[in-house]
Amino acid sequence: MSIIAMVLVVIIAFFAGMEGILDEFQIHQPLVSATLIGLVTGHLTAGIMLGGSLQMIALGWANIGAAVAPDIALASVASSIIMVKGGNFTSTGIGVAVASAIPLAVAGLFLTMIVRTIAVGLTHGADAAAKEGKYQTIERLHLVGILLQGLRIAIPAGLLIAIPASAVQAALTAMPDWLTGGMTIGGGMVVAVGYAMVINMMATREVWPFFAIGFALAAVSQLTLIALGAIGVSLALIYINLSKMGGNNGGGSNGGNSGDPVGDILNQY
Amino acid sequence: MTEKIELTRNDRLSVAWRSQFLQGSWNYERMQNVGWAYTLIPAIKKLYTTKEDRTAALKRHLEFFNTHPYVASPIIGVTLALEEERANGAAIDDTAIQGVKIGMMGPLAGIGDPVFWFTVRPILGALGASLALSGNILGPILFFVLWNLIRMSFIWYTQEFGYRAGSAITQDLSGGLLKDITKGASILGMFILAVLVERWVSIKFAVSLPAKKLAEGAYINFPNGSVTGGKLQQILADQASGLSLTKMAPNTLQANLDSLIPGLMGLLLTFLAMWLLKKKVSPIVMIIGIFIFGILMRVLHIM
Repeated sequence: MSIIAMVLVVIIAFFAGMEGILDEFQIHQPLVSATLIGLVTGHLTAGIMLGGSLQMIALGWANIGAAVAPDIALASVASSIIMVKGGNFTSTGIGVAVASAIPLAVAGLFLTMIVRTIAVGLTHGADAAAKEGKYQTIERLHLVGILLQGLRIAIPAGLLIAIPASAVQAALTAMPDWLTGGMTIGGGMVVAVGYAMVINMMATREVWPFFAIGFALAAVSQLTLIALGAIGVSLALIYINLSKMGGNNGGGSNGGNSGDPVGDILNQY
Repeated sequence: MTEKIELTRNDRLSVAWRSQFLQGSWNYERMQNVGWAYTLIPAIKKLYTTKEDRTAALKRHLEFFNTHPYVASPIIGVTLALEEERANGAAIDDTAIQGVKIGMMGPLAGIGDPVFWFTVRPILGALGASLALSGNILGPILFFVLWNLIRMSFIWYTQEFGYRAGSAITQDLSGGLLKDITKGASILGMFILAVLVERWVSIKFAVSLPAKKLAEGAYINFPNGSVTGGKLQQILADQASGLSLTKMAPNTLQANLDSLIPGLMGLLLTFLAMWLLKKKVSPIVMIIGIFIFGILMRVLHIM
């Protein structure tokens, strides 16, 4: 990697780290961050492919409430760097990079927890500033919080870049075939955990039939994802319209079991 | 009475822009509180001029707050409306404002998580990733552009909606539209998840079963000795119509499973993972377990 490429990778890592907590522009998602790192290091296609593979694994990972999902920002940034330094841009090289991302995603969890604990101090700083009516201090403290989240990824990325490429390559080639092959097999199966998390969140007796329809239709390999998406949207619209026509369960149900938990909570409020 | 102080469109835009940094100093004590205060600062500056008022406003918005980062926008809109009335002399006390914030954040997070994290992002992500797997740059671009279009229009229009509706929004929220959106999202989500399980959970057994002996007529009977032009033409036509070249057909475990329905093992693995999650097994333990399992299967030549 040239010096310019290294600096750009650290900057991307910094943005990915900030986005990992903000969760707005989605720069930390592997599709975006791995592609950007591929772009600045001159391995765009391999970066896109790595991003696609990681994205498949991370589809169901999300921060909910106070819980933090495995750290996809560190995983995608670090595994992209490992792939570029390893110099193997075939599907095997990408597979190894994907497998290396998993322990990194777990390690990243601890970094996030550390920063979130440090941020408690920022809150107390903000309290003190509020007493004085000082806006700028609160704004600055908030920006410090965001910067810390950026550094959370930028520093590990910088360290990883500093390790000589030959060492990374040696470590990767020292991996025996059963390990890389087994990791690739594991990588194919591991996506199921992410899907299971999402299904557990959404599944009700009412929507299970749609799961069955989706599974059966997906086996028809001529149907693209866009076609399947169109079928899914239509099914949802048809179902909602039909349930309004037939069920006679429309407006004015004030009871505690209108089937709409959100409405019930708000009505009680 | 002094002139009525109003928040202009620019003030509201500035608040909407800042709301994108809501989670920046997320902390274990009061979660999104500093981000929330940061978001409202342009409005507080405009509405309150004395130091006492400003201090009180900052304090009241440094209280505990946590919700999904996008559905915070309608809450911000309502809060802007309430703060504006208060600055113009209406009797709205701290408890009322805090009550609206706390009252809305829970139910709205319950909508934001399934809609954004579990429906829109998996669908756009899967669409982008399936293109990206073959190295197509359109994959990441589609994902990034579509996501941010949806997100930005959502945060701006729901904030405006909240601002105009004021506290009346809490009644609107319990209406039928929102119910339909959540139900529609979960139907679409379940449908797409099944598609993803079928297409992307990859389990391939490498075990081969004893070859099957084919029935007479299911394979090509090669003549002994030389072949005439007409005979060769017939052999080639037979092969094109699907007849086997040998008397024995190779047979694998995977082919047998696929003849039931492709992706069956992936489905079973997903159900197993769902069951384990309900038994409070950590997803990280499962992920590591699956990799170890994969290595074992490779060593034993089963997969």
